[in-house]
Amino acid sequence: MKQIKTLIKKTLKKSACKGGCGECQTSCQSACKTSCTVANQKCENEARK
Amino acid sequence: MLHLYTQNDVNIVLDVESGSVHVLEPAAYELCGLINAVCDGDRADCCSPKTIFSEKACPAEFKDKLVSVYGEEQVEEAFSELKELFEEDLLFAERDYEINLPDDYPIKALCLHISHDCNLRCKYCFAEGGDFGHGRKNMPFEVAKKAIDFVIARSGTRHNLEIDFFGGEPLINFDVVKQTVDYARSLEKEHNKNFRFTLTTNGILLNDEIMDYINREMSNVVLSLDGRKSVNDAVRYDVGGNGSYDRIVPKFKKLVENRNGKDYYVRGTFTSQNLDFAADVEHIRSLGFDQVSVEPVVLDKNDPLAINPEHLPRIFEEYQTLTDNMSDLQKKGEFFNFFHFMIDLEQGPCVVKRVKGCGCGTEYVAITPDGDIFPCHRFAGMDDFKLGNVLDNFETKQELVDYFKKSTVLNKPECEKCWAKYYCSGGCAANNFNCHGDILKPHEVSCEMERKRIECAIALKALAACDEE
Repeated sequence: MKQIKTLIKKTLKKSACKGGCGECQTSCQSACKTSCTVANQKCENEARK
Repeated sequence: MLHLYTQNDVNIVLDVESGSVHVLEPAAYELCGLINAVCDGDRADCCSPKTIFSEKACPAEFKDKLVSVYGEEQVEEAFSELKELFEEDLLFAERDYEINLPDDYPIKALCLHISHDCNLRCKYCFAEGGDFGHGRKNMPFEVAKKAIDFVIARSGTRHNLEIDFFGGEPLINFDVVKQTVDYARSLEKEHNKNFRFTLTTNGILLNDEIMDYINREMSNVVLSLDGRKSVNDAVRYDVGGNGSYDRIVPKFKKLVENRNGKDYYVRGTFTSQNLDFAADVEHIRSLGFDQVSVEPVVLDKNDPLAINPEHLPRIFEEYQTLTDNMSDLQKKGEFFNFFHFMIDLEQGPCVVKRVKGCGCGTEYVAITPDGDIFPCHRFAGMDDFKLGNVLDNFETKQELVDYFKKSTVLNKPECEKCWAKYYCSGGCAANNFNCHGDILKPHEVSCEMERKRIECAIALKALAACDEE
């Protein structure tokens, strides 16, 4: 494409298939703690990788 | 749903439901904006993207507005490329799948209030000087031990468990921290668990022995410093009114030098009194720290330090300054991590995690020195939210758990309409409750800041991609 550069293709639907294992770090939306906010979490689901 | 914005001269389109992110040249960006406007479901004459992109050529209603600026060839090219994205489900995508949330959640993370006492009296402390309004006390080891038994018993098959030593100031009760770590480690193998410990400290009590211990045992450590000495000491001081800066900065430097690459954050709070907080981030960076978080204070709106709607324009300017500074560092290849601009667009959290957020009250709970269980540290001491007590039994009050189980983006009408929903997960339940008396109703000031931060974070990714070319 000449006018559009796609940085990231669809990821959400794909992640629903094997998601929800809960092994990831707890997030903290108030971010007053050591834990991550959700956008920056690492996925720890081996099946998804 | 799309979110279109221009930042640092880059035109960005986020396709919310697919998670795709595109960078567009001006003709395509303007055309995308025109199409998006007529696809707004609130419009009486709302048109569907499907109808628009079933056309072979760009419909006249859009083309007529753009052709004088870009010429017919460019407009048609832009239409054709947008159409291709639409056909690949990368633009105007709809959620055509179920997000299956579990009926029951294992508890996998504890905020262990190892001490409800503190050696500082920070002006903005949400824990009311460290005691959460319930008197100064330390957690006895017996309670900590029960808390570890509780999380093992309630964690089901979850392998990774988190224990965050929190306060007050956890180092006031350091011996119990060590005993608790030893006890948890002694149970890992038998129960097939992996404990990750974290600790948040104001730094006053750090010494060589404690620093070595933290660097050995804590997978993450949060070091509280608000930035410039004048800013820090105006709000972070001891009972005698003496600021903490000079006492803690040398210790934080030493601790981080010996951290051997493990995670840490130097974490600050900004208030209405230092809205120029980008200077505080820069100051912390100048001290040699490259993992920094400086975050808005959480206070009642009537507090003089509170962040309120009138402060937002200035805060957005500061986030922009931070974006510019970080973009410069990116270009130079220098590592610097600002916590709230961290985003992993590709291998980040799954959509299930994104809609349910922090798991407060379901997967994550706080335990006070008396053994009381609360949905999280922000609810600690609020009697209506007491879920149980680990000394009594390992049960948690089902009606409260059910209440917190509802706290997902899917149950928050305002969030369902928001482009940022998969990045913020509906905000902080405690902020929402404190502001509206309802964990499902978002705290708007937090929403505004979160949206801006996500824009900055994505813009930095886009700038990095453009720089690579």
